[in-house]
Amino acid sequence: MFNFSVEKQTQSSEFDNIKKWDFLVVGGGPAGLNAALYAKRKGLKVGIIVNEIGGQLNNTTWVDNYLGFNMIEGENLSHTFLDHVKQLEVPILKGVYVQNIDYLKPDFSVSVSNGKEYMTKTLLVATGGEPRKLGVSGEKEFINKGVTYCATCDAPFFKEKHVVVAGGGNSAVEGVIDLVPWASKITLVHRSQFRADKILLDKLNDIEKLDIHLETQILAVVGNERMTGIEVLDKHTNKTKLIEADGLLVEIGTVPNSGLVKDMVMTNERGEVKVDLNQMTSIPGLYAAGDITEQPFKQIIISAAEGAKAALAVNQYLNQNYKGE
Amino acid sequence: MANLLNEEVSKQIKEALAPMQNEITMVLFTKEGGCNTCEETEQLLSEIKELNDKILVEVKDFDKDKEDVKKYKITDVPTFVMLDDKKQYKGVRFQGIPAGHEINSFLSAIVFMSGLDLGLDSKVLDRLAKIDKPVDIKVFVTLSCPHCPGAVATAHSLAMLNENIEASMIEAQTFQELSVKHKVSGVPKIVINDEYELVGNHPIDAFLTELEKI
Repeated sequence: MFNFSVEKQTQSSEFDNIKKWDFLVVGGGPAGLNAALYAKRKGLKVGIIVNEIGGQLNNTTWVDNYLGFNMIEGENLSHTFLDHVKQLEVPILKGVYVQNIDYLKPDFSVSVSNGKEYMTKTLLVATGGEPRKLGVSGEKEFINKGVTYCATCDAPFFKEKHVVVAGGGNSAVEGVIDLVPWASKITLVHRSQFRADKILLDKLNDIEKLDIHLETQILAVVGNERMTGIEVLDKHTNKTKLIEADGLLVEIGTVPNSGLVKDMVMTNERGEVKVDLNQMTSIPGLYAAGDITEQPFKQIIISAAEGAKAALAVNQYLNQNYKGE
Repeated sequence: MANLLNEEVSKQIKEALAPMQNEITMVLFTKEGGCNTCEETEQLLSEIKELNDKILVEVKDFDKDKEDVKKYKITDVPTFVMLDDKKQYKGVRFQGIPAGHEINSFLSAIVFMSGLDLGLDSKVLDRLAKIDKPVDIKVFVTLSCPHCPGAVATAHSLAMLNENIEASMIEAQTFQELSVKHKVSGVPKIVINDEYELVGNHPIDAFLTELEKI
């Protein structure tokens, strides 16, 4: 009945006391939190700047593939991570956005939405991703008028309604499961075949109110004041049809939140940041980890591991290659 | 009704309330004959009160205590407002039970209403001090929304620091009519003066940018 995440907000004055950081982490998901943990253990002056702790973990109802945790709520896993980091007293500046990063060779200046600038010798950008949009007509128009990207947040609005879930990966299947207590009917639509884990797909077999349309592409979201359905192309028959529905949950992966650095560092065609084996970007001292990187498998444990790698590499860089004071 | 807070949860709440500085009072409005979640909300407030002696609770009847209903502009139940140690209303209100994820915005409001420094930057405080028109912020939430307490806490902190601002957490399921009126089907949805809308958990400077447009 209660989901705790209460903590004292770090005052900006705590952050202001440090003239120059060894290592600043932008982002509070698994990659950022683990990087801070590893860096603090190495004795680095490390701080985290974040709007909301947990990142995409907050949108995940259940996590069943993080070694050592059997079926843990996404948010609880993020609290477990945070508790560990807090034990080491890493300062966390919460409720702010980083607005700009300046590369002042070899250091970095980080401008934050609280109006402050922070200097750091090294920087990790672990800002993760945000839900990928379908990019079809009507999608934008009906956001929060039926179209949603957060099942845990908005499922209660679909009580006794018919909801379409777009996607074929783990998130889409979990979205279906999240909707079961609320929706009267669920239709899963995916343009190709399932990519989700078998263990999750098996759970769909017991959901009687679920229809599955694979090889079916969503062409448009239609409606008046609210969405009333989606137009789809059935690739088997090559015919278009209308599926009437009250809601559309889009779970087709993420796009990287790389806006802060995309003009500074090398990225791929999807906007994901290119990193070397040590998570360093094309700029010395600037690192990236987690879903923002071009690593193809967007998993919690992989993000956490990338954060650890980045922190260890930062420590090595500061000891061996850093040219500043 | 069985206790809402078990031993473990009570312990966590006690720890979260430890930084409280001064007394606060919660004035809860319910209705004779009850309402959807009135009983649960009253019980939650009463159990929270037992966890820190700086917390006071007053229960009023929406139909009988007309003066208070008018004073705090109560439109429906269950609604409660928070008063500081001088019994001053600072524009902080909750419409519906702050359970689920909203326990976080609830505890945060109690602690900061008690006088704990919000720790905001002077630039933010300067901008906030310049808001001189009446502002009503409604933050629609669901109890399962992890992004919502951040938006509620930000809205409440704006209200605590500027007497022209009132901010309400509104639990969308309990207050369905209001949710339908404001076409809420995604949360957190923030409605300012029934006119301007924001969706999502935004940092305080983004809220201020919206308020400065008024």
